[in-house]
Amino acid sequence: MRLTPIDIGSFWLPRQTSTIAPEVDYGFNVVYWVSVGFFVLVVGAMTLFAVRYRRRREGEKTSTVDHSTVLEVVWTTIPALMLLGLFAVGLKGYASAAVAPAEALEVQVTASKWLWTFTYPNGTMTVNELGVPKDRPVRLVMSSKDIVHSFFVPEFRIKQDLVPGAYTTTWFEATESKDVAILCAEYCGTGHSDMLGRVIVMDEPVFKDWLDKGGGMGDLPPAELGKKLFTQRSCATCHSLDGSRIQGPSLKGLFGRTEDLEGGASVKVDENYFRESVLNPGAKVVRGYQAAMPTFQGLLKDKEIDALIAYLKSVN
Amino acid sequence: MSVSVTADDLEGNPAPRGTNYLNAERGLVSWLTTVDHKRIGLMYLGSVLVAFALGGFFALALRLELLSPKHTIMSAGAYNQSFTLHGAVMTFLFIIPSIPGALGNFLVPILLGAKDVAFPRLNLLSLYLYWIGAIFTLSSIVTGGLDTGWTFYVPYASTTNTSVLSVTFGVFVLGFSSVLTGLNFIVTMHKLRAPGMTWYRMPLILWSLYATSIVQILATPVLAITLLLLMAERVFHIGIFDPVYGGDPVLYQHFFWFYSHPAVYIMILPGMGIISELIAVHAQRKIFGYKAIAFSSVAIALVGFLVWGHHMFVSGQSELAATIFSFLTFIVSVPSGVKVFNWISTLYGGSIKFTAPMLFAMCFLFLFTIGGLTGLFLGMLSVDMHLHDTYFVVAHFHYVMMGGTVTAFLGGLHHWWPKMTGRMYSERLASVAAALYFIGFNVTFFSQFIMGTRGMPRRYYNYLDQFQPLHAFSTFGSWLLGAGFLLMLYYLLKSLKSGAVAPQNPWGGRSLEWTEAASPPVTENFTHRPVVTEGPYEFSRGQS
Repeated sequence: MRLTPIDIGSFWLPRQTSTIAPEVDYGFNVVYWVSVGFFVLVVGAMTLFAVRYRRRREGEKTSTVDHSTVLEVVWTTIPALMLLGLFAVGLKGYASAAVAPAEALEVQVTASKWLWTFTYPNGTMTVNELGVPKDRPVRLVMSSKDIVHSFFVPEFRIKQDLVPGAYTTTWFEATESKDVAILCAEYCGTGHSDMLGRVIVMDEPVFKDWLDKGGGMGDLPPAELGKKLFTQRSCATCHSLDGSRIQGPSLKGLFGRTEDLEGGASVKVDENYFRESVLNPGAKVVRGYQAAMPTFQGLLKDKEIDALIAYLKSVN
Repeated sequence: MSVSVTADDLEGNPAPRGTNYLNAERGLVSWLTTVDHKRIGLMYLGSVLVAFALGGFFALALRLELLSPKHTIMSAGAYNQSFTLHGAVMTFLFIIPSIPGALGNFLVPILLGAKDVAFPRLNLLSLYLYWIGAIFTLSSIVTGGLDTGWTFYVPYASTTNTSVLSVTFGVFVLGFSSVLTGLNFIVTMHKLRAPGMTWYRMPLILWSLYATSIVQILATPVLAITLLLLMAERVFHIGIFDPVYGGDPVLYQHFFWFYSHPAVYIMILPGMGIISELIAVHAQRKIFGYKAIAFSSVAIALVGFLVWGHHMFVSGQSELAATIFSFLTFIVSVPSGVKVFNWISTLYGGSIKFTAPMLFAMCFLFLFTIGGLTGLFLGMLSVDMHLHDTYFVVAHFHYVMMGGTVTAFLGGLHHWWPKMTGRMYSERLASVAAALYFIGFNVTFFSQFIMGTRGMPRRYYNYLDQFQPLHAFSTFGSWLLGAGFLLMLYYLLKSLKSGAVAPQNPWGGRSLEWTEAASPPVTENFTHRPVVTEGPYEFSRGQS
């Protein structure tokens, strides 16, 4: 599966590819240099004193100066004022990030274990790939189908939890036509670190074309469409094609083999069993695996299930 | 006289002579039914060190898994259990009880000039509750494990099929141990001070334990109730946290962090108290800013109750709430800064000897400063959007909890080792161990700041290839840390068998445990009731 890396822009931070990123980084740089300054002060003084006042003779006299009200006031008020400044810088960036511009394109985001579903105003739905136009604000209205997840795009500097039973929102405006990584940032079980996605930022006309064609699927032959879907619909997150075990059974040599099921029965894998497992995964769980697969009802059209069958037959 | 001696100055290694609290009564039963605060403290010490070893084992295991992306030595499920148990064991079985239970219990009465705490039998009950809570918590390892993260976020924790009930019940019981210890210390400090021991003549570690006790008593019940509600949600589906039954997952986070943020002050305040003692004694210098340090402990304890929402800036809580929490978070950082400045000033004009306790105190100043400053990054609303739930947070809290509290605990352990055991440890080996610890710690955790700012989320089993070099570097650091701890275990145990006999006052301290109690003390602590005529940091008398 081709993973989207996080492009590193400076020593500490990823590249800035959204309008909010420079504001967040400004706040980071301010607190960074304030911290470096205080660190040098404290550790510098400590080192200086450790050398200058090291014990030369047992029983030698030491200072009896035990307080200074002036110093206490100084090193309370000056840091307090600096900290208030840090608070203000943080608040300003946060306020920008909290309110989306009125003309933003709205996309619905749904998280579930362990994939992201994006629904666009025209009804198009994509899984794990969020297509957006460049230089236009995009507002995400988000919720979770099961437990708490968190939508994190390091290169945009945005993060927001997705909570079951409620909506949360975030927004961004992408400034470069490149793919950027989406990561889940709230622990959600065994698939947490595989719950990756990507934002595909496109120039406006390319985006319009992409959206009209149903989110980049186009008119592909079934096996090719199935190959794309196998990774984009997140099947590859839990099912390998090389025999290795992930969350679910490997699909190497799938069609025609016999599976032993939880509860003692067994089944010969054919197109019907495949379709049933995709739409109603809890019905016939393979023995030795957890009933953790989500249903793809509504996430896969009939044409797409056919394409997956074609693909899996072609690689086995 | 204010002279400092180490094991190198002493010759021979006969066993400490005379009757003391260790040999006054013999047999396992005499220990298990004791009401002597010193024996209870020693049993706590043994227990928390076992917990630390177990939590450390989980840490080494998970860092080994993270040496390479995807599967290295264990499955994703096993990894999730490793980091969960590492966090739960370290938080509830090690760090919270460590300084109050192990060192506090031993020292509080002696420092006050008292024979024991106000409620000795209650003290024993605290220890029993610790063991019972520990058994329930650790039994989960064999009954189904735990994979929720130590934070038990709902709905994951209310629906997963691991042993959530036995761990939450275990932690529930541990909470009572914590509350009763806090209660005991507060009453002891109010009622059992020796004649002449005014509040401002108490060693500063007592002020910090007092502040800690306030937090323990007020905050722990909230965790207890939260865990009961979590259990009720799991078993009876009462619909308080899980939206499937009409509940609110963010409400759980508020309840949980209302305790767990003050809990981190339960962890750090005793450590800060130790640092005051270590610096004053091993620089043979009166503490600078006694009242500022004392009152800042109380300020941290109180303001610490008002900042819990900074763990939830991106949780879906309102912008107004987030703004208020961020503001208060910056306020609570002021007193900690005041302490650091006063400790640095205590080094000024001192006579600094680089004994192990002083080395650990200096490590603390270095590491806690980094930990505290990186908290500022997370307190800023805009920056936290990027850093929340990344390795930056993991690095921050390890710098304050381990670089802060554990460092102070180790310093205190070495400082009071002669008093508790009557033996001197090897100063040479201790310096080596401190160096391994300091270097290993920074290698392990500084690399995690870099990973975090670059976008590496926490609690990840698998990760993008680009993070592998930093992960490998961090894992290597964990091996240095492990080596340092093994060395400490070695020379501390060796000192019990063949260490030099400790004098009553090897470091030249001026508080009552050094001036009036033997090493180790008799069961009643003193041979006659001390009368206090001056503060605990009067080093100038007798100096030439």
